[in-house]
Amino acid sequence: MTRLLPRALLAPAVGALLLWMLVPLLMTVYFSVVRYNLLQPGDHPFVGLENFTYFVTDPDFGPAVWNTLVFLASVVLITVVLGMGLALLVDAPFPGRGIVRVLLISPFFVMPAVNALLWKHMMMNPIYGVLAQLSRGLGLEPVDWLTHAPLFSVIVMVAWQWLPFACLIFITSLQSLDREQMEAARMDGAGPIQRFWYLTLPHLARPVAVVVMIEMIFLLAVFAEIAITTAGGPGNESTNLTYLIFKQSLLSFDVGVASAGALFAVLLANIVAIFLIRMVGKSLD
Amino acid sequence: MHRFLKTGLALALAAAGCAQAATELVVATVNNGHMIEMQKLTPAFEKAHPDIKLKWVTLEEGVLRQRVTTDIATKGGQFDVMTVGIYEVPIWSKKGWLMPINTDAAYDANDLLPAIRAGLSHEGKLYASPFYGESSMLMYRKDLADKAGVKLPEQPTWAQVKDFAAKVHNPAGGVYGICLRGKPGWGDNMALLTTMVNTYGGQWFDMQWKPQIDTTPWKQAIGFYVDLMKAYGPPGAAANSFNENLALFNEGKCAAWVDATIAASFISDPKQSKVADKVAFAMAPVAVTPKGANWLWTWNLAIPSSSKKAEAAQTFVKWATSRAYIELVAKEHGWHAVPTGTRQSTYTNAEFQKVAKFAAAERKAIDSANLNDSTLPKSPYVGVQYAAIPEFQAIGLAVGQQISAALSGKVTVEQALKTSQTLAEREMKKGGYYK
Repeated sequence: MTRLLPRALLAPAVGALLLWMLVPLLMTVYFSVVRYNLLQPGDHPFVGLENFTYFVTDPDFGPAVWNTLVFLASVVLITVVLGMGLALLVDAPFPGRGIVRVLLISPFFVMPAVNALLWKHMMMNPIYGVLAQLSRGLGLEPVDWLTHAPLFSVIVMVAWQWLPFACLIFITSLQSLDREQMEAARMDGAGPIQRFWYLTLPHLARPVAVVVMIEMIFLLAVFAEIAITTAGGPGNESTNLTYLIFKQSLLSFDVGVASAGALFAVLLANIVAIFLIRMVGKSLD
Repeated sequence: MHRFLKTGLALALAAAGCAQAATELVVATVNNGHMIEMQKLTPAFEKAHPDIKLKWVTLEEGVLRQRVTTDIATKGGQFDVMTVGIYEVPIWSKKGWLMPINTDAAYDANDLLPAIRAGLSHEGKLYASPFYGESSMLMYRKDLADKAGVKLPEQPTWAQVKDFAAKVHNPAGGVYGICLRGKPGWGDNMALLTTMVNTYGGQWFDMQWKPQIDTTPWKQAIGFYVDLMKAYGPPGAAANSFNENLALFNEGKCAAWVDATIAASFISDPKQSKVADKVAFAMAPVAVTPKGANWLWTWNLAIPSSSKKAEAAQTFVKWATSRAYIELVAKEHGWHAVPTGTRQSTYTNAEFQKVAKFAAAERKAIDSANLNDSTLPKSPYVGVQYAAIPEFQAIGLAVGQQISAALSGKVTVEQALKTSQTLAEREMKKGGYYK
């Protein structure tokens, strides 16, 4: 009786959660094995794995997987390294530190779509963008970023947005670093590099793990920046998996192939997660 | 506290009751200037028809297409009136997704431009009412042409346009020879490129529905386009579509531009264009054949079969696309602001002719377009700058993507077209046109 009551009380919540998760997933599984194009209604005949075959043999598929991984790795690396550097810089007290910190963190509050427009028009436009004006001022030919380095441009935009997040976490955790221990190390003759390597870095291991994990989850699904600036192009050079699925479902209206793609993305996310948890788990234990 | 709550509830209920007394139409539309104007004129409509209320869902073109297509294909019934392109109307009316428009004498369907009326009809019945229509044309800087001593005829060839671009191209002075669309998409770069392919004598599919993308006309047209843009286009052209080019032209950075006729009224408006008094217009350039060199596009109001308020919807659709509506806009904002490209009476109106200097070129371009016969070899599909089959969106997007890659120099034109051909064949096979 005592055990039954709490379970019975929990059941509706658990049931609702299950439904909320399972129904969309099962529908995706169903759609992925039927031929279903929104513009070709009528029967949805069962076609087995045909949709998966079409998705995987899509010429954009290979590049999209590769781009997704390159993008993920670069943004995480940039934000962690630069974020740590910036956090260390603003750790010591100096006049105006509060303002500098607020400025550092503010890009994170810019909406992704606004971020993309900002970079596309104000910064990277080869005719009137700031970067073009700068290079013209230096007597150089302006670089057409979004055409010649599309993936790199998207990486820059997203890294700019996520850097504050990493920075914020590192600043906070640096504040719990034991000052007396640091002082003692200095008195014992440890140089700045040694102090960083043997004291700061181990102290930051856990925040690094958190940053990497959270960024991975959000960055796998980056979409707005790509849709607004490069539309996955030129060619397929900045197409990631999310954008490829969007193209199948809302530009080609092919629900079947898009669902197959969505299931593939779930698979990829799980593979990445398994590696992550192994890696991160060690430093979290 | 309780009393407040009660009064509040009562008020809310009363308000809901009032709203239900009148039929509420949900209208989905595009955020283009003419549609925003229609939205602003809601009070005029509601005053004339007190039993109908309008609720607007105004979206950007791509998003609208996604919302409307998913809604109509899944019989969602969110919208009573939808703004749809001339591409969708033949496909949807054949499937029975749209209700025919009950035209009457007051509506005067005979006044509609013949090319457009034909494009929106199925078995003699009109399935959508044209709100505004457009073709494509060449817009160029008269002052630069005079300075360079170039005289462009009323219908220039692409070679003449290239010649003009070469003479006035001056990147150091901030003027690029020509601006053309480069952003991938069937409604973006492929709209222009299909008209180029048409005029070089190419087509999308032959009579067996086999894609014709790796043929000579395609290679010539796309090769010409890529060379032209690489030599005399602005940097970053692979990301430019209508709006980007409009901004460049208005800033005086383009010497020539081939795009929608609707742009004419923007670039000759001194309020937004720095070169308003320096522009001239000509027909879209031709190469081997004039057939299919101008595109034809209209935005139309249609009623989905799933609407439960069909009668009110009919009333609204006819109001917004009537002659009286055009006159209403003219009265409010002047004749230069009226939606064009739909009715003959607009073009014969003396006041309209006086203020719209692009009117003649626009009318001529629209009349020259024939949706059923726009390619030199016979084609099985309807449409000038598109093929009105469901598979075309996916094919147009994929090919557009390949060509934008060729434009940015990542692959050769030859390679891009070969890949495009394979992609198109794959899509047609998936659509069940052949094994």
